[in-house]
Amino acid sequence: MQPLELSAVDLVAAIHRGEVSAVQVAEAFLARIAKANGSINAFLHVDREAALARAADIDARRKAGKPLGALAGLPVAVKDALCTSDQPTTCASKMLAGFRPPYDAHVVAKLRQADAVLVGKTNMDEFAMGGSNENSAFGAVHNPWDLTRAPGGSSGGSAACVAADMAPAAIGSDTGGSIRQPAGLCGITGLKPTYGRVSRRGLVAFASSLDQIGPMTRSAADCALLMETIAGHDPGDATCLTDEVPRYTEMLEKPLTGLRIGRVAEHFGPGLDPEVAHGVEEAFAAFKAAGATIHDVELPHAKYGIATYYLVAPCEASSNLARYDGAHYGHRAEPGRGHRTSAGTTGEFESPLVEMYCRSRAEGFGPEVKRRIMLGTYALSAGYYDAFYAKALRVRRLIRQDYLDAFAEVDLIGGPVSPTPAFPLGEKTNDPLAMYLVDMYTVGTNLAGIGGISFPCGFTKGGLPIGFQLQGPALSEPLLLRAADRYQKLTDWHTRRPKLPA
Amino acid sequence: MALTRQDVAKVGLLARLALSGDDLDRMTGELSKIVGFVSQLEELDTETVAPLAHPLDTQNVFRADEPKPSLTTPEALQSAPRHDGSCFLVPAVLGESGAA
Repeated sequence: MQPLELSAVDLVAAIHRGEVSAVQVAEAFLARIAKANGSINAFLHVDREAALARAADIDARRKAGKPLGALAGLPVAVKDALCTSDQPTTCASKMLAGFRPPYDAHVVAKLRQADAVLVGKTNMDEFAMGGSNENSAFGAVHNPWDLTRAPGGSSGGSAACVAADMAPAAIGSDTGGSIRQPAGLCGITGLKPTYGRVSRRGLVAFASSLDQIGPMTRSAADCALLMETIAGHDPGDATCLTDEVPRYTEMLEKPLTGLRIGRVAEHFGPGLDPEVAHGVEEAFAAFKAAGATIHDVELPHAKYGIATYYLVAPCEASSNLARYDGAHYGHRAEPGRGHRTSAGTTGEFESPLVEMYCRSRAEGFGPEVKRRIMLGTYALSAGYYDAFYAKALRVRRLIRQDYLDAFAEVDLIGGPVSPTPAFPLGEKTNDPLAMYLVDMYTVGTNLAGIGGISFPCGFTKGGLPIGFQLQGPALSEPLLLRAADRYQKLTDWHTRRPKLPA
Repeated sequence: MALTRQDVAKVGLLARLALSGDDLDRMTGELSKIVGFVSQLEELDTETVAPLAHPLDTQNVFRADEPKPSLTTPEALQSAPRHDGSCFLVPAVLGESGAA
């Protein structure tokens, strides 16, 4: 048995039946990481000894006939934005280099309770701000399908490690597309659950009204398996929904006959790569062949999504990231090195404390994080609040209403995840606005607080994955997962693997 | 919509970010471009639309007012850049001297 080739569902079953041990599975993936991570840089931290000890403990408990959790022995990689009490948590920022949180994120605790084997922390755009993973302070991630290209972001390490068989499953977070876009660009399946479906406690906050944690795996069935563990109410997150968690894995079988899928004409406008458009149209045809019907729907305010998002998210970020002050944890600038500042020179700060704040933050944050803090601070400042922040919140309501209206007509909305396949590293790094536009099809889901899933629906002639996105109403995860799973039972795009240097 | 270098310097201080002269020059250009882009929202008439700060309709989620364990002092201080075992140490809040 070759553990690297098994799905998460099959791995858990094989370990449960004793066909392979948790230690053998952990060793296989750790060996793969040792071989492949050097060229991909998907992991910021790998905890080999702890993973093997954990796996050995699971094997011992299984042999002793003790009860085991639902993910017993499954290696899971976790985005470095989730707090882990026994591993560093850096958010790929110099600000948090070496930071050890005093507690586990709720999702991390749930994974441990389910007896998953946490193999390490994955690379990401700094503080989850970016769409290419090039904003990591610890180096870019390379797309396993073409090492000269970006894996997408911000959960680029989580996407790349699953695509390159370094882990069968990973956890990501999605504020404007950060699960779905890298999943699409790396040829894997990623679910952004409804806002509040998964607890955000212990997820380093970026934009609290948009952030949501979700699974990134090779298939929709594997996403369903992880969701049964990570979803559910947590009193420690006041925005976490109390609705009961469905048995997602048992709701995948029903055929798609009669399913109404919406198609938005504007998704196929200028800027969409023709090969991506072709792959997406083929997926619509496949859904039709599976019994679904395709309907034109309108999202009249979707074109304002990026502008709305790039006000709401930076405003929330400027507030959330105020906590990095060099006083409680994280980077602190050494005193008195004479740094020229916005106020003139060091001597012109109102106090040594303010100087310490300003210089610690200037040294600890990278350029994109600073840009967003500045943009958000500006949009929230006196005289601009109504024109920018309040305006964006009003448009946000219009965007959400568009979805509510559309979902009165159709069950799900389909379309592209990203306008292009994976782009070359460095192509957009000097043009922040061009980078922002990679999120054009994904930000609406977050602004509306609904669910979305992305999965591969073909490849370009150059061998790059093409992603298909389905969006559904709040708490439609059972339907999103079922539709994607049915599609994956009829196609084999999700089973393709990149050829990596041996 | 163009921001001036002074606007950016003021925002830098509000955001507690020390910016060099080069930072100011670069950010003035970048932020002007981004603010120009997001200003497209002005096209929309939103006079009668209420702001939506949060996608859920839930408000004021309360819990029972019961004491629960929280971080111990050593746990809270474990990542502090400077501390004295019971408090975080920071430079002087007022005035020029007494940096910790």
